[in-house]
Parts: sequence; structure tokens; C-alpha cells
Amino acid sequence: MSRERRPAATLHIDWTLCDGRGLCTELLPERLARDEWGYPLARDGSGGDVPLAASQLEAARDAVALCPRLALTLRKD
Amino acid sequence: MSGMGGEVRPPRGAGRLFAAPASDLTSHLATFGPVPDGPAASHLLDELQASGLQGRGGAAFPAWRKFAAAGSGRDPRSRGGAAVVVANGAEGEPRSAKDATLLRAAPHLVIDGLLLAGRTIGARELYLVTTAASLPYVARAIAERTDATAIRLREVPEAFLSGEASAVISSLEGGPALPRDKSRRLSSSGLAGRPTLLNNVETLAQVALIARFGAEWFRRLGTEEEPGTRLVTVSGSDLAPTVREVVGGMTVAAIVRAAGGSTDTLGAVLVGGYHGAWLPAERLDTPLTGHDLAPFGAAPGAGILVLLESASCGLKASAAIAGYLAAQSARQCGPCANGLPRMAEVLEKLAGGSRDTALPAEIRRLAALVTGRGSCHHPDGTTRLVLSALTVFSAEVKAHLAGGCLADRRARAGVAA
Repeated sequence: MSRERRPAATLHIDWTLCDGRGLCTELLPERLARDEWGYPLARDGSGGDVPLAASQLEAARDAVALCPRLALTLRKD
Repeated sequence: MSGMGGEVRPPRGAGRLFAAPASDLTSHLATFGPVPDGPAASHLLDELQASGLQGRGGAAFPAWRKFAAAGSGRDPRSRGGAAVVVANGAEGEPRSAKDATLLRAAPHLVIDGLLLAGRTIGARELYLVTTAASLPYVARAIAERTDATAIRLREVPEAFLSGEASAVISSLEGGPALPRDKSRRLSSSGLAGRPTLLNNVETLAQVALIARFGAEWFRRLGTEEEPGTRLVTVSGSDLAPTVREVVGGMTVAAIVRAAGGSTDTLGAVLVGGYHGAWLPAERLDTPLTGHDLAPFGAAPGAGILVLLESASCGLKASAAIAGYLAAQSARQCGPCANGLPRMAEVLEKLAGGSRDTALPAEIRRLAALVTGRGSCHHPDGTTRLVLSALTVFSAEVKAHLAGGCLADRRARAGVAA
């Protein structure tokens, strides 16, 4: 994988904490949709570890800070 | 290999784990000799690596790597502290009986393996977790010896997910026996944040044999990919759950026969338990190895085989299992708690005779929706079973959508004949 295509970070969803409030899906609409029960659904099918581009880091930091269930963590590899 | 008892001979046939005539310490020592205290920790690690032993709890991870990871503390995220070893005998799978059988028949091998693991990775705390039914056998074995006083016995509830690694750790910490988020590895941050080595009890019993008789002996049976022996549980059809020790790489058909079952009237065999996949009757000559089972989406897992008669409907059997699995969701993760009951319900409709042609596609959509979206593999495993049913019983799906049932037809033909 080329350096440009490597994700800048990964957004980890702790599914045991998430209860589908949906804030993250509003802050990161390019990465996250909502499933039929309201839980965040990675648009690329990446499950609970969503790769992010550098341009999405700021929105992701907001999502981590604002998640009422503290279900999100940002990981840089 | 050093440390081998003078008069003790390594077990020669396929009956290795159950080679002792009785479960008591005297029989154990007479059969296997004492735990070798000679070889340095690195020696056992080398032997484990050379043996090719894989975990017997289901994930088939190379045993030596797990030992090395928990023992090294090289993981930069490790919070450190003395390492912990956990022998996992929770066996939440309802169709598995091998761990309970092993703990009853050969508890001293498991204890040996646990002590060896602790010594190898420098652990201070050793735990053995199992169900209430198996605890007395282990407690009696521990009371027979003087070197096992450090082992703490803990009971876990009998539930499908209670044997999941992070659920075991949670239970040991006084929490519920439910899976946790996997943001940290057990090897670096397990029990109370300490490096933790969690092994299935059969894996540890195999370690106890390899420490005594060596990797070369271990590999004398089995294949390159599936060296040694493994425990299997065969049940279903008219067969009560039967545990056997079989040579690695045996075909599914041979294992069924070894357990006293017949393959003549089978329609399919579920390989790997409720999180496993179906093998159609015409492919029962498939060896029980990861490589050979991969095309079916199956794996040896914890060695669980469930037999299905050709006169029993595979869709109905799968729907019943999916319903059970949906009910066993820990209900911690939204996609699993909501998605599994929905997926089971749609499969139940198809199995029950609904002729709605949109059902198979809806099952596939729900399967894709829940996969990878949980803290443990429960949604993935349930999805594997359900999708396998749609593939292996595809003719049955067609028959149901046309208002019939192939298995019912075979059952009636069988009665008529």
C-alpha cells in the first residue's frame, strides 16, 4: 500500500458502549452512515475500526470528544 | 529430551491424553512420569514452536506465539506487572463435551500444562476456570499434589459466550462473564491490566505432553498442518455427545465412525459447532484441517461435529441454532443485539414454509450488516452458520420457496420403504 493511501488514523468503535446516539455519523458523514437501528455503519464495511484520511481527523477528534457514551477512540498507527 | 522419566514410555497410539488408566495422580505419574523441571523456559517455547501445536479452544492460534507474546512484555502498550495464566475450561458450546471429559479423565495433564505455562512466562498467578460440574474433579486432583497450591479455581456460568477469552477475564475480575471491547490485547493487558496468557485446557494438556516427550514425538501422529492428536465431540442424529481423541488430519467421515456414528443416512455435518459451517454429505471425505475445510467456510475449531440426518431439514436445524445464538447475544452491542434476532427470524420464516422469494436476499443483507460489528465474534460466527446453510442447503431453499421440503420428502420415502 502506498504512503498516500495509508489511513492517517483509525476510529475505533467500542460496540459495548455505543448505543446509537448518532453524533459521530453527523460529524463524519463521508465515513459513517447509520444502520436501521441507528448504530454507526462504516460506509466501506470496515466494521468497528474505521480508517480515516488526514482531512477527517479534526471531525473525528470532535466525534471522540462529543460521543455521550465515550465509545470512540482515535488510534494512530 | 531431558527430564523424561526413566521407566516411562511416551504413549504410542492415538490415545495420548487419555493414556492413563485412571484420573488419579498415581496413575497419571505411572503413565506419563513427573513434570520435567529441567528444561529452561526457552526450551519449552522452542519445543512448542517445533511441535506446531495450535490452540484447541477454537481459534487455532499457534500455542508458542501466545506463550511468547504474554511472556515477553515487548508490547509497548503493556502496563506491565506480573504475568497471569488462565486455563480455560468454560466450554460454552452446548455441543462440545471435550473439556469437561478431559478435566474429569485427565485433570493432572491440564494442571501440569498450567504449571509449565506459568513457569515459562514467569507468571505469579494461575487460574483454572470451568463450570460447576467440572470443578470437583479439578479440585480433587489439585488436592492430590503439593505443587499445585498456587492454582486458583474459579467457576464460570454455562452460557454460550462465557468461555470467550475476554468474558473469562471479565468474570475473573468480578464482572459479568461477557465479552469486552478488544482495544487491548490480553497478552499485554489482560487480567487487571497484566500480561495474560489464556489457553484452552486441552491446549495445556498437550503442552504437558510436549514438555515431556518433545515436538518430534508430538508430530509422529497427524499431518504437517494438523500435527498430533485432538479431541472431538460428535453428536446429533441418534448419537449422544461422544468425545474421542483423534489423529490430526482424519476425515470427517472417519471421525464420525470412530465416535460410533454412521455416515450412511447423513445429509450434512456441522463442523466447528454453532459458529461453524455445514459440510454436505457428499463431502464427508474432507479431512478435518483448516486448509481442507476452508472452501466450506469451516475450520476444525474446538473439534465439534454435529450430525444431521438427510431426513431432517437443514434449514430448520439451522434456524433453531440461529435462534439459540440470537438469544445468547450478550446484548451489549447494538448490531448483534438487534441484528441476530432479526436474521434468525427471517431464516425461521424460510424454514417454516414461507414462499416469500425475498427472504434469502434479506438474510444475506442482514448477515453483511452485522459482520464485524461487535466486541466479539458472535455476530460473525452466527453469520457464518446462517450463510453456510443457504449455500449447502440451496436445493432445500428452492424447495421451500416452491412450497415443499426435500427432507420431509426423504423422510416419507424412508417410512414408505
